[in-house]
Amino acid sequence: MENRNGLAVQTAGLQHCYGQKRVLEDVSLQVKQGEIFGLLGPSGAGKTTLIKILTGQLKQESGTAEVFGKPSGKLTGQEHRDIGIMMDSFGLYERMNCIDNLKFFTMLSGIPKERGKDVLEKVGLWPARKTLVSRLSKGMRNRLLLARAFLGEPRLLFLDEPTSGLDPRTAAEIHELLLGERERGAAIFLTTHNMAEAGKLCDHVALLNEGRVVECGEPDEICRKYNHQKTLMLHLYNGRDLILGHDRSGLEEMMQYLERGELETIHSSEPDLETVFMELTGRGLN
Amino acid sequence: MNWPGELELLRGDFSRKRAGMLRHILSVLWKQGKDTLQNKEILIQFVMFPVITIIMENAIEIPGMPEHYFAMLFGAMYLGMAPLLCTSAILAEEKEKNTLRVLLMSNVRPGEYLAGVGIYVWCLCMAGAAVIGLAGGYRGSGFGNFMLIMGAGFLVSIIVGAAVGVFSRNQMMATSISMPVMLILSFLPMLAAFNESIAKLARITYSGQIHLLMGQVEKLHLSWGQTGILLLNLAAALLFFAAACRRSKRFAG
Repeated sequence: MENRNGLAVQTAGLQHCYGQKRVLEDVSLQVKQGEIFGLLGPSGAGKTTLIKILTGQLKQESGTAEVFGKPSGKLTGQEHRDIGIMMDSFGLYERMNCIDNLKFFTMLSGIPKERGKDVLEKVGLWPARKTLVSRLSKGMRNRLLLARAFLGEPRLLFLDEPTSGLDPRTAAEIHELLLGERERGAAIFLTTHNMAEAGKLCDHVALLNEGRVVECGEPDEICRKYNHQKTLMLHLYNGRDLILGHDRSGLEEMMQYLERGELETIHSSEPDLETVFMELTGRGLN
Repeated sequence: MNWPGELELLRGDFSRKRAGMLRHILSVLWKQGKDTLQNKEILIQFVMFPVITIIMENAIEIPGMPEHYFAMLFGAMYLGMAPLLCTSAILAEEKEKNTLRVLLMSNVRPGEYLAGVGIYVWCLCMAGAAVIGLAGGYRGSGFGNFMLIMGAGFLVSIIVGAAVGVFSRNQMMATSISMPVMLILSFLPMLAAFNESIAKLARITYSGQIHLLMGQVEKLHLSWGQTGILLLNLAAALLFFAAACRRSKRFAG
């Protein structure tokens, strides 16, 4: 189903406005099949608008937005079935229980109804299958939304802030699920303003600020690119911290501590994604 | 060119589409059934008037009271109230809670969704109408005609309710629009008994006409005038629905 060149998503020169306000400007991205792509940006950067365009809920003003090599607004029923979407704004049927919510969508899509049980077990909601959605916690609702997105074993998942507002344990469980989906071969396009999440999960990230992509690439590669200090930080067993240069003298000094058995840890001085984002935009991600 | 083969393919494609459409409509029907069981606000609309009719028909007997009096009275109110309120509330809630967007993203066409909701509301209303009819003493062909005219009236009310639901952005807006429409449609036939001017007004509404027809179900005869009024009401409801769809599309776009 994916594009011949292995791309699940491709945008070029994408622009969109809400009235007079330009929310996306010249956005060009590529997401390969089988990778997790993170779109990072603060609230209001245009992340949700981009997902809406890519899922055919909005039509862009100019530029191209392609999913599986076809314009996102012109996907066929089968191609739609190959896409799973999880957005916080997407509602659930509050008066129905978890399993019935999923059963309804298996019926609509002609998927075997046993799949509802499989995905509920996968997201750890099987014990709560008979609980009404109105009684679920925020974390459980997010899991149910994820379960619904996983239902048709999609080749492409769009996840809008999947771990927003969740406790670290639940967020970590969701990360495991996403990594499992990648293992299965699905492409995942997720938005987040949590740089630690992006660094841990994503194969590629794009930093979005005021509708513009200010940087794009592998998280490590971006961090290395903006490593202007070129230093090593040493922590010794006696509690001292040392900062050494990336030159020959720094290396010799480090070897001395190592030989004397005084060296506890070595850290590189690369900035994290949030620091890079701040350097590029002068503002934080949150 | 292999014409029979291509024709076969086309036929297969058509059958698949038809099967998909049927599956979507049946799924919406199933969902509506599950949802309504937990939705007391909707459920009470279908139960209230049939229960009131049973009570009134059995508890009150006034000398000289016309035959089927309470069934006619509450039947007309039920006709103007239940389908309109339920359809508009269901649609507005789906819009407000963004579940309608999810359905449309799941390849469900708007027509399939509306058909699912409409059939569901119509069937429940017909069950309520059967209770009203039987409680009111309609039997045999009279009962059949009563169900026939009620079924036609429900259809118009469902279209009006769908228009209100599509037009409204949320449940609050749907209630504030449907309430006056519903009051006019349900109470005009009742108030017509007390005032000739109101009676004239009631006669141009489908609920008023159906109220009149309920009194002559044993020998049902539709005049050209009555048929015209009913068709005009249906056309007005469809126009209102088309306008609401156009507005909703513009708003979404």
